[in-house]
Amino acid sequence: MFGIDFNKLRFLVCDDNAHMRRILRTLLHSFGAREAYEAEDGATALEMYVHYVPDIMILDWSMPIFDGLELAQMIRQPDGTGNPYTPIIMLTGHSDKRRVMMARDAGVTEFLAKPISAKALYQRIVNVVVSPRPFIKTKSYFGPDRRRNTTTGYIGPERRAGGKAEIIQQAALLDKARSTS
Amino acid sequence: MAARERDRSAGKIEVETFPDYQVIHQPNPLKRAVKRVVETDRDDPVARAEKALEGLSDEFDVWMRKECERLAAAHTAILQIGLNPTTQDELFRAAHDIKGDAATFGYPLAAAAADSLCRIMEHAPDFTSVPNELIAHHVNAVHAIVREHRKLGVASVAGELSKKLRGVADEYLTVVNKDRPEHLELILGPSIVPQGE
Repeated sequence: MFGIDFNKLRFLVCDDNAHMRRILRTLLHSFGAREAYEAEDGATALEMYVHYVPDIMILDWSMPIFDGLELAQMIRQPDGTGNPYTPIIMLTGHSDKRRVMMARDAGVTEFLAKPISAKALYQRIVNVVVSPRPFIKTKSYFGPDRRRNTTTGYIGPERRAGGKAEIIQQAALLDKARSTS
Repeated sequence: MAARERDRSAGKIEVETFPDYQVIHQPNPLKRAVKRVVETDRDDPVARAEKALEGLSDEFDVWMRKECERLAAAHTAILQIGLNPTTQDELFRAAHDIKGDAATFGYPLAAAAADSLCRIMEHAPDFTSVPNELIAHHVNAVHAIVREHRKLGVASVAGELSKKLRGVADEYLTVVNKDRPEHLELILGPSIVPQGE
């Protein structure tokens, strides 16, 4: 059997809602985490991500200045500052298929729909700690392998061949980050 | 395979290069946080966290009221100042937070009414043409559900109200998106996120 020593993990939580930050802090501390930094907007979170080098980030989607999706895109830059491989858990009230796909295509590691539960958060953290997925780099994507199921043949659209997949406007987002910092 | 494992445990990033993409296997830096536990270990971090969350629950009513006040203020700003990107964004944010938090605070039916408002704001092609009454009914419903929460028998009325609002909202969205069938499919499609975790 194995368990997670949360004491050895550094978290960065980014949510504009103070109540949700308090809930997340409570849950993480109860799991055993000692280092849980908090940001209330995307710009502050980006600064803290570079400064504190968190092991795991928990991001809300809907936030002022720039949102969690844009933040994930900024982090997932292979040559960017900081660790582009940092696991990102997107915690959000958005749960429709389109949003889940957008988060996945922005390089989000795990998706967690609100309302939050201790069990679901714990499970997502266990996933990123114990079973990290390899990263894929294509012309238009850099992030964890989006094909989770490795036991059967993939039958979806072939995004890895050529550049027909979604375009991530990373440069523009970086400009936005710089102009707001 | 064994060589790859050796490389990773030695801290090397291994890159497999294909014509159009690369697969990057990086050593797992979080492995240090994985610990062996004996079967007799009774520690249950999830139960511990649930208990801690329960300890916070005394504050949930106050938090919920604050979220409602924020929603009311955002709605009032739209009525007084008018609709602009800032007032619209604040109303959406307030409703969206209630949608995400209210169930945790013990008000799942308020979350349902707020969800319905969020759907209108997200999926109406032109928010300026959304009838004021439709927005007001949603805001008032959230308030009423929270205000009357403790009263006996209110849950069934609140449930009916949320259901009705969602029906009206979906009907409205179906009409205004009739020329956008692909969009409509997205709106009316089910969530793919596992429920009840």
